[in-house]
Amino acid sequence: MTRQLKYAHAIREALALELARDERVMVFGEDVGVNGGVWGALRGLHEEFGDRVFDTPIAENLIVGMAVGMAMRGLRPVAELQYSDFVFCAGDEVFLKAATWRYAHGGGVDLPLVVRMASGGSGFGPEHSQCTEAYLMHTPGIRVAVPSTPADAKGLMTAAIRSDDPVFVLEHKLLYPMTGPVPEGEHIVAFGQAVVRRTGDAVTIVAWQDMLRRSLAAAERLAADGIEVEVLDPVTLNPFDVESLVRSVEKTGACIVVEEAPLTLGVGAEIGALLMEHAFGHLDRPLVRLAIPDVPVPTAPHLVDAVVPSVDRVEAAVRRLVA
Amino acid sequence: MDKSVGRQPENENEILLRIYETAEKIRYSDERLRTMLMSGQVRFNYYSVRGQEIIPSATALWLSSEDYVITTYRGLHDQIAKGVPLDVLFAEYMGKATGACKGKGGPMHVTHAASGLLVTTGIVGGGLPIANGVALAAKLRNEDRVTVVNFGDGASNIGAFHEALNLAAVWELPVVFLCQNNLYGEHTAVELSMAIPSISERALAYGMPGVTVDGNDPLAMHTAAGTAISRARDGSGPTLLEARTFRFFGHSFGDDDAYMPGEQKARAMADDPVPKLRTRLVADGGIGHERVEQLEECIRAEVDDALAFALASDYPEPTELAADVYA
Repeated sequence: MTRQLKYAHAIREALALELARDERVMVFGEDVGVNGGVWGALRGLHEEFGDRVFDTPIAENLIVGMAVGMAMRGLRPVAELQYSDFVFCAGDEVFLKAATWRYAHGGGVDLPLVVRMASGGSGFGPEHSQCTEAYLMHTPGIRVAVPSTPADAKGLMTAAIRSDDPVFVLEHKLLYPMTGPVPEGEHIVAFGQAVVRRTGDAVTIVAWQDMLRRSLAAAERLAADGIEVEVLDPVTLNPFDVESLVRSVEKTGACIVVEEAPLTLGVGAEIGALLMEHAFGHLDRPLVRLAIPDVPVPTAPHLVDAVVPSVDRVEAAVRRLVA
Repeated sequence: MDKSVGRQPENENEILLRIYETAEKIRYSDERLRTMLMSGQVRFNYYSVRGQEIIPSATALWLSSEDYVITTYRGLHDQIAKGVPLDVLFAEYMGKATGACKGKGGPMHVTHAASGLLVTTGIVGGGLPIANGVALAAKLRNEDRVTVVNFGDGASNIGAFHEALNLAAVWELPVVFLCQNNLYGEHTAVELSMAIPSISERALAYGMPGVTVDGNDPLAMHTAAGTAISRARDGSGPTLLEARTFRFFGHSFGDDDAYMPGEQKARAMADDPVPKLRTRLVADGGIGHERVEQLEECIRAEVDDALAFALASDYPEPTELAADVYA
């Protein structure tokens, strides 16, 4: 049986292996060094790798800006933004520099940087609970990885560090303690290759991270009634694997996107547009988007439960679609 | 690494002559570009550097191509002084395929690895966190490499300035924060944006030296830049160097500079640092009139040739649109 690891420890293993393999790799951010990171993904790395795993002030412009500067000089920086919401604090460095500078400088600068960000998992309120992948996916020039399993957390992190592009890796807060099989040694998960997490023919569900977990739970319930849904995990949002999406919808004829982010212009909206362009003839029912209604992420638990797609909501949406 | 760094010309006159050579190249380039823009011969956003020529011309004497300069949209003077070849520089400004960045960056995005002009940003204050990363890379690898990041007075009011200076001091990074205080942030006078008389005072808050120098005084600028760069080079850490100057032609080309008092502008232009330096060289410096004229002839030929090259070059092909978005 394959070894079991927590999602957080799988990330740590990827970082440790890459730090050992490539001396250009540097890991840094708020509380990342001595403290080992507030999410438990970096424990012991500073002790093991010394000054290559270091603390920065609480200064997001600087954290991502330094990563850009270090990458331009041939290092492989892995910066942490403690919450994915903080991508907005570092807006200039993320959206104007990491994303555009290779292009604006005619390919004359290299930007092999990674930004790790803890994402989603509501309860922290609107400044610390957002899933910001749609903003990143909207921005040409940066890659966006959304690992949903411990194995993918390790494999995508490794691929991100070895990528020559700026890669934003969203680590879901609720997944950090989750356990799953993780290959030992070098493990790389390719970007742009979606994975079918469950096969079926009734409807295609596209979901990632905590919404994938909820969708799979709903699929289990539905299977008891003979409704077999196909669940597709995009793995990376940029590049996005359109072919796998189309292939699945050819079979099922319907699609539900489950997303832990506001509805309007979310990833689900883009997937809907891709389906119209590439799979119009295969759809026999309208697209369904399950997302947070267009309100800021609330704080109170009962309000969070009211807006974030739940197993019940996914199940109900499928039942409506197959009725 | 260029061993001549740190070894300055033997006498004052030779230092002044070398500063003049660069400053006059900048002055003439700026004049030609504005003339061409005015006539409609070329079209791009331009932020004139006229009046600020001495700062990078004096600073550059302390830098080799192994050292890095980061600059802003008002960067022609920094780019020329760092040694970006004029042909690819002007071609980039004009958006031509032969430009330093294939014509895809324009004046706000110039990079030229061979000369050490690392990057140019259009965002006020945007270069400072980047400079820290570049300087940190040099420090981690024990490289003898100084990074000079240029910015204006306006950038010193932006959060990134604080974030960058703070940590650069903590880590004693080999960086010089060179603030070219031209007395206006876009269209707003500096005294409307800050309550202190000099930007260098801010250095105290970070625990680094803060120095204000007359950026239009060639020898004073040369000395101040040398001190800051030597400090960075020997591992003692960063300096906030405020070089006071004045931009003659408003924020951007075509700017109605009515917000700048006429008297202030007239006074500054009457004290134009480039011809003033020429006079000093010829009258007091013992540099022969003929030698200076010869030099100017060479500069004009070099600039004119580079402009002709840029003008004759083609614009990028549409296929270039999809290139370099990703590695």
